[in-house]
Amino acid sequence: MLRAVLVFPLMGLMLLANALTARAAMEIQVIGGAANKIALAMVPFQAAPGQPQPALTQIAGDDLNRSGQFRLVDTSGVPAPFEPAQVNYATWRGKGAEALVIGQVAALPGGRFEVRFRLLDVVKQTQLAGFSYNIAPEQWRATAHQIADIVYEKLTGTKGAFSSRIAYVQKQGKKFELRVADADGQNPRTVVRSSEPLISPMFSPDGSRLVYVSFEDKKPVVYVQSLSDGSRQKVAAFKGSNSAPAWSPDGRRLAVVLTRDAASQIYLINADGSGLTRLTEGGNIDTEPVFSPDGQTVYFTSDRGGSPQIYRVPVTGGDVRRVTFSGSYNVSPAVSPDGRLLAYISRDEGRFRVALLELATGQTRVLTDSARDESPAFAPNGQSVLYATVQGGRGILGTVSVDGRTRARLSESGVDAREPAWGP
Amino acid sequence: MTKIFVPLLLALIVAGCGTTGGPLATVEDRTGGKPDAGSAQAAGAGSRTGAEATETTGLAATGVSASSLDGRQLDGGSFAGDQRKNPASPLSKRSIYFDYDSFVVKDEYRGMLEAHAGYLLANKGARAILQGNTDERGSREYNLALGQKRAEAVRKALGLLGVSDVQIEAVSFGEEKPRNEGNDEAAYAENRRVDLVYADE
Repeated sequence: MLRAVLVFPLMGLMLLANALTARAAMEIQVIGGAANKIALAMVPFQAAPGQPQPALTQIAGDDLNRSGQFRLVDTSGVPAPFEPAQVNYATWRGKGAEALVIGQVAALPGGRFEVRFRLLDVVKQTQLAGFSYNIAPEQWRATAHQIADIVYEKLTGTKGAFSSRIAYVQKQGKKFELRVADADGQNPRTVVRSSEPLISPMFSPDGSRLVYVSFEDKKPVVYVQSLSDGSRQKVAAFKGSNSAPAWSPDGRRLAVVLTRDAASQIYLINADGSGLTRLTEGGNIDTEPVFSPDGQTVYFTSDRGGSPQIYRVPVTGGDVRRVTFSGSYNVSPAVSPDGRLLAYISRDEGRFRVALLELATGQTRVLTDSARDESPAFAPNGQSVLYATVQGGRGILGTVSVDGRTRARLSESGVDAREPAWGP
Repeated sequence: MTKIFVPLLLALIVAGCGTTGGPLATVEDRTGGKPDAGSAQAAGAGSRTGAEATETTGLAATGVSASSLDGRQLDGGSFAGDQRKNPASPLSKRSIYFDYDSFVVKDEYRGMLEAHAGYLLANKGARAILQGNTDERGSREYNLALGQKRAEAVRKALGLLGVSDVQIEAVSFGEEKPRNEGNDEAAYAENRRVDLVYADE
C-alpha cells in the first residue's frame, strides 16, 4: 500500500528569490522565419525625466522577433513619436512599417512607474491597442512581455505566450539546478539545487507547482514543489524507480511510472501521493505518459512492439492503440494545447530530432535539423515547441515554430541546459 | 556451494534470453508473508526448482546462524575483515556490463552473482541495491526504463539463486550518472551497466 507522504522544507536545497543575482542571461538566435513577416516598428519609449531609457521595446522586440512572424523595422534616423499626435504615418510607411508601437514612461510616487503604450496600424492610421500599466521597478520585464503578447495577438490573431515561464535543469560540473525562467530564458531563478541529477520537470496546469524527479535518495523519486514557498512533497517514492511524472489537465492527478510491481509501468496518483491506481499492464516498458488536454487519453512510450513507439490508452484503462508507425525509435510525446498535434523525438539514421504528428491525419513532419534533440514541450499557445539539444558539446534549449520555419536558441554560456518544460 | 547454483544460473540465462518481451518471473511469491525468513525461503525456492531448493534452504539456515562468532572464524582466511572488500573475492566485483540494446546477464557474471547470492543468503540483514545504467543516447526517461530493465534482469538472476526480494531493490539511474563521461563507443559500453551496492557500505 501507499507509504505515508513526507512533507518537509527544502533544507539544503535552496529557493532563491533574488533574480538579479542570477548569472548571465540566455541569448537569442533566430534562424529562418515565416514567409510573410509583419513589418513592425517599435520606437523606444520616452523615459521618465531623470530616468534611464527602459529596455521595454528591446525585450518585447526580441520576443516578437523570436516568434519568426515579425520583421523589426529600423527606427533610427527619424523623430521618435511617443504619442499618437506625434506620429507621421508617411514616414513610417516610407520605412516599410505596417504597424508601430510607441509609448512613454512616467515616474509615480513610491518608486513606481506608469507605462503607456499604443499599437498603431500604419496603413489605416488607427490605434489597434492602447494600455497603461502601473508597475513596480521589478516588473519591467513582465511589462515588456505583456506588451509583446498584446502586439502578437492583435496582429496575428493568436494569443501570445511571451508572459509564460519555462523550467529546465542546468548542470554545472556535478551540480544540478532546477530553474524557472521567463519564456525568453531571461530572469532565471533556481528552485532546486542538488548534487544528484534532476530530470523531468513539468509545471502544474495553473503554474503554481512543479513536479520533477530527483535522485537525491540514490534512486529516482517524484516530488511536487510549490513555486510560491518552495515547500515540497514526495508523491511517489515506492520500491524501485519512480519517474516520468505528468499532470492531469485539472492539476489534481499525476501519471507516473513506477517499477514496484513489474517493469516500468504507468500509474495514476493524486497530486498528494494518495489514490494510486495502475493504468498499463504487461512486462514491457511503458513510460513518458502525458495527458491529452481533455484528460481522457494518456499518450506514452512503449517497447511492446519491439521498438520504442508512442501509444495511447484511455485514462480509464483498456484498449491500447499505437500512434507512431514510421521509424524504429519514436519517444517523448507532448500533446499540443488544442489536442491536435503530437510533438515527439524521432530517430532517423542515428539523429534524434523533433517531429510533429497531426493526430487526425497521421501526417508527420520533422521540425529540426539537429542530431541530439530531447524533451519537446509545447508553448501554452501551441505555436512553438521548446526542446533540448546539444551544440558544441553542451546542452542548449531551443524553440521551433510548429511550421518548422523558425528556430530560436536560448543559450547561456558555460552551462549545460536540458529537460525543458513550458508552463503558463 | 558454487556448484549448486550452476544449473540454476544456466536456467536463468536461458530464461534471460526471452525476457525482453515476456512477463517477469514470479519471484514475488517466495516470501509468502511468513515471519520466518528461513522457512519462507524454503517454500519459495522449493516451489520453483525442486531439489536445489533444499540446498538453498540449507544455506539460508546456515546463513542465519553464520552471523554468530563461528561464522566469522570460518570466513577468516587470509583476508581479515569484510569479504566484500577482499580483492580476491568475487564479492568485490560489483559491475555487470551489457551489450548494446541488451538486457541479458552474460554467462561471465555467473561466479560473481553466485557469490553475492551466497552473501545475501548468509546475511539476512544485508540489503543490496541494483543500479541500472545506460549510455546517453536517446530519451532520458526511456533510458531510465532501459536501465531499470537491466537492473531487473540482475534482480531476477539473484532471485533464481534464492535471494529474497526483501533484500534487493532494483533501481535505475538511466543515463544520469555515467561512469565514463565520454561519448564514444568505449564510453557507452562502460555505461551499459548494473552496479550492485550494499546499503551498509
